[in-house]
Parts: sequence; C-alpha cells; structure tokens
Amino acid sequence: MVLRSKTFIETYQEDLSLSRTIWVKCWWMMLFISIILFPFFVGRYTLYTINLVGIYIIGAIGLNILTGYTGQISIGHAGFLAIGSYATTILGEKIGFLPFYVIIPLSGVIAAFIGIFVGIPCLRLRGLYLAMATMSFGIIVQYVLFQWERLTHGALGMAAPSIVSFGFKVDSDGKFYFLIAVIVFLLGFAAKNMMRMKIGRAFVAIRDRDVAADVMGVDLTRYKVMAFGISSFYAGVSGSLFAYYTTYVNPEYFTVFLSVEYLAMIIVGGMGSILGSILGALFIGVVPEWLRIFFGFLNETFHLGGLVFTQQLKVIIYGVLIILFLIFESGGLFAIWQRTKTSFRSWPFTY
Amino acid sequence: MLGGINYLLQLIVSGLAVGSVYAVIGTGFVVIYKATKILNFAHGEILMIAAYFCVLLIDTLHLHFLPAFFLTLVFCAILGVIVERFIMRPMIGEPIFTAVMITLGLSIILRPLTGMVFGFGNVVFPSPFPNEPIVFAKIVISYADLWTFLISCTVMVVFFLFFKYSKVGIAMRAAADRQMVAFLMGINVKKIFSVSWAIAAATAGIAGILLANVLVMNLNLSFVAVKVFPAIILGGLDSVVGALIGGLIIGVFETIIGGYLDLHLSGIKEISPYILLFIILIVRPYGLFGTEEIQRV
Repeated sequence: MVLRSKTFIETYQEDLSLSRTIWVKCWWMMLFISIILFPFFVGRYTLYTINLVGIYIIGAIGLNILTGYTGQISIGHAGFLAIGSYATTILGEKIGFLPFYVIIPLSGVIAAFIGIFVGIPCLRLRGLYLAMATMSFGIIVQYVLFQWERLTHGALGMAAPSIVSFGFKVDSDGKFYFLIAVIVFLLGFAAKNMMRMKIGRAFVAIRDRDVAADVMGVDLTRYKVMAFGISSFYAGVSGSLFAYYTTYVNPEYFTVFLSVEYLAMIIVGGMGSILGSILGALFIGVVPEWLRIFFGFLNETFHLGGLVFTQQLKVIIYGVLIILFLIFESGGLFAIWQRTKTSFRSWPFTY
Repeated sequence: MLGGINYLLQLIVSGLAVGSVYAVIGTGFVVIYKATKILNFAHGEILMIAAYFCVLLIDTLHLHFLPAFFLTLVFCAILGVIVERFIMRPMIGEPIFTAVMITLGLSIILRPLTGMVFGFGNVVFPSPFPNEPIVFAKIVISYADLWTFLISCTVMVVFFLFFKYSKVGIAMRAAADRQMVAFLMGINVKKIFSVSWAIAAATAGIAGILLANVLVMNLNLSFVAVKVFPAIILGGLDSVVGALIGGLIIGVFETIIGGYLDLHLSGIKEISPYILLFIILIVRPYGLFGTEEIQRV
C-alpha cells in the first residue's frame, strides 16, 4: 500500500485506524454528508434504483466474503437471498407483532443457520464441484418455495409486512433510503473490520492455498463453515430488506440468473474487496438503467426495432461488459480505483 | 396400470433415451474440461443455436435432414473454434474461475442474440422421424426416442475409438494428462484446445438436433445443458465414461421419479437430478469416476 508522503505511523492505534490522515477523515465526512443530502436532490426513480443498489451491496458483500475472500465459489446465492426474503414475509405473517429491527437480523440469522447447514456437506468439495453443489442448492430452494404452498403460498408469492415502529412508518422511498443506508454502513464496516481481523486473514489463507493454511494452524472446517454462515447472514439481511422494500416476494425472482448476477457484481467490482462489492453492485444496478435510458433515447430519435429489441440488446451489452471486464481488467473496478488513487498520490511521479 | 412392471419398463426405456442425450451433451462438457479445465457454461447455447441453424437449413434452404444435420455439425465445430480462438485463448494462464465466468457471460450474450436472429417464439422442428410409435412387448417407443438412443450410442462408440486409436485423440489424452509434458513431446497444445472445442461444439450440435425433435423448441432449449451438470458431476468432471454412465443414470432416475412422484409433487422430475447430485457429492466429492485431486503444498 502506498502511503502519502509525510505520513508517519507512530502508534498501533494509528496503524489500525481506517482513516489515517486528516484528509481521509475529511473525505469521509464529505461522503457522509453527500449520502445524507443525496435523496433531497434526486427524483423518485433514481432513489428507487439506488435503494435497490443498497440492497445489492449487502448481498454482494456477503458473496464476496464467501467467494472473493474465502475462494469458495457459490452459484447458489439466490437461495440464501430467497431464504432471507421468505423468512421476513413468513415471520411477518405468522408473528405479526415482531418489529422490523428484530425481523431483519432474525432473517439473517435463519439464512446463516441454513448456510452453515449447507456449508458442512460442502466442506470436502472444491472448485467447480462446489459451484455445482451450491447451484443445485439454489435450484432446490426455489423449488421448495414453489411447492411448500402452506408456508409460502407457492407461485402466488407473499406480501411483506410493513415497517411500523414507535409510531413511525417507513413507507416512502426516502425513508427506506435512510434505513438501507444505515444497514449498509453497519454491515459494510463490520465486514471491512472482520476481513482485517483474524477471521479475514484465515479466509484469505484458505483461498490462497487451503492445505498450506491447514498446516499453518487454520482450522479449515471451522473457518469454511464460518464463511458460509457470515455470507448467508448478509444474503439473508439483503433478502429481508428486498422483501420489505418491494413489499412482495415471489419465488420466480430467485433464479440461478440472480446468483450469476451477484457473481457478476463481485467480479466487475473486484474479488476480495469490500469497496469492490460496493462498486460492483453500483455498476450492475445502475448501468442497466443507463442503457435503458440510452436506448429509450435511441428508440425515440431513430425508431429502432422497438422495446423487445432494445431489451435484448441491453442483456447483450451486459454480457459483453462482463466478458470485457474479465479479459481486460480481472481486478475489477476496485483495481481501477486503486490505480487512480495511487497515481494521484504519487503525482507527479509515475509510481 | 401405475405400479405395473410394464410401466416401470416403459419409464426406463424413455429414461434411457433422455439419458443418452444427456450423455452426449455431457461428453462435450468433459472434452473441454479435460483439455482446458474449464466448465463451459455456454454449451447449452451452442446446442440451441445448432437446433435453430438446422431448422434454418431445412426450412429455408430446403435441404434434406441428413445433409442439414452434417452441415450443422460443421457449423458448430467452426463456432466452437471461433469461441476458443478469440474468447477463451486470451484466458490461458488466468485463474480458472475467470475463464468459467467468461463462458457464463458468453451464455448471457448468445441467448438474446439467437432470439434476435431467429425469433423468440416456439419453432416446430421438421422431424424426419415417423410419428407412429413402435410397440414392442407392450412398451411404446417413439421413433424419435429410438433414433436418439441409437445416434447417441454411435457417437459414444465413435468417441471411444477416436480417443483410443486416432493420433489426435491420443494427443488430446496426453495433453489432458499433463499439458507441459505433452507440449514438450511436440504436441501442439493450442491446436488441441481448438480441436477440443470443435468436438465439444459438434456433440452439442448433435444433441441439439436430437432434442429439438423431442422437446418444444425455443430459447429454453439451452437450459437442458444445466440439467446435464448433475450428470457430469455424478460421473466426475474428467471422465468420458463417467459422463456416459452419469447421463444414463440421471435420465433414468429423473424419468422414474417423474413417473411415480409427479402426481403428488409436481415438478419433482425437474429437480430430482439436483437432489441426487447433492447426495452423491456428499458421499463422493469427485463424483463416481472423477480423478481425486491430490493436495500438495
């Protein structure tokens, strides 16, 4: 890591802090203020998109902990998201008096338990075998949601409870924005710190070479299961927020394609980095909207083949972007960000 | 009727027909996996494109089935080589996961692209097989199923002979065994990669045409490949024999489960391979015939 010149680390406290200099603290403050002011300057639709991005961020951080940090490829993330969503709707339906600040973490915990339960049989699997096993898990979860009609109402879907606490109702996009922002901040910092701690180091060691990690004294079983648990917790919270925000969940949403989309987020953003998850979620959440606006504009001006055509073109560009990122920038947006930062920092020298 | 021995036999026969197609698709996966250690997620899309291309040849160019069939195979092989040369080859040396994700991206692109070229609706495949089924000892076999089974078996036999005796086949096995040594022995490993993709794509083409005969033909044809994942995992990713046996097992298992349980649990047929896959992987983490990876630090 490149440090700014004239920055001296003199105490352990300084070495551990996330923001080392006064300038970084200033940037954080500015980011904080702009995040608070953001919803007052944008339209409802933008806010809606950004809220969804916030929900994606939580899920993407979860997947990044499992796939990016620990190296356990998962194509079953949609399954855990689905469990979080349905935990919320079912809890809301059966135990109506539970407030949202209990239900959201509880959904996460339920997802985490199922994640641990799935993680244990997956311990012996690696690479593509693991990918296939998690993919089947996702498919099985979707099937169960479709079939267990007494609990999930099957294909009809379920309505989520509304958030009312202390006589205050979270019902508008703006209010949801702040709720989601707070949770993203909490979970984001928790993840950032966790990955700097013993757990995170163990995860990275397992990713780089699990046998070597084992020899060094990392308890493989414990940490792999832990990675599954933490990852599913994040997915569960994300799913829960998704249910609250869209007020209605349906098993059809939680396809393998959703898992792939989450994988795309962490790949485009950067594997093994929390900031990468955030950037990736932003990219995957916002770029389709830009494409939509762009093609809407094209349609109006040039009268192209119509909506179906542009819809498909959108998907194609999306796929092309993923491939281009993988071929030309495998470190993702995070690597670009890192490079830009370094070049500013060491300006006027090249490195 | 339900529960009779005839019913069971009937299910097994249909299962074998489905399973043999799975085996052919699975072989395509295995050939690529053995050569490059990549699981090709775009296999289903190649299969689907092959079916559409074949329909195009038959319907618009008024070719007969057989020439159309072989032309499609050639087309698929070329498609495979193009994909390998321009998309997968730059990824040599990159992490496997990245390359696998590229094939996923490719599958995302190819689906709508096919739709835009050939349309999104259902297509009726001009089936060359007669509609009347054969009845043999009270078991009904449709011509399509029978031919599917026969063609699949032929493909498997040809494969076996190819890998066992032909020079390219032996070179492919050598490259799969240890790339560096094969390279030093004068085998053009890059060419082997291209050949692997060509062969895999051609098998996908065969499977696509066979499936278009028996299934509803639309863009969802590509999802059949996802159902083959359990089959190849079951057999072990790097074993052609495993793909054959895994395919047949999954085909029969799925049809039998569907035949007996679908009344009570609708859709269980679609999901049963994945449940079986999960169970098998818990017991044998490398499938039934896959090589166990020995860990060295």
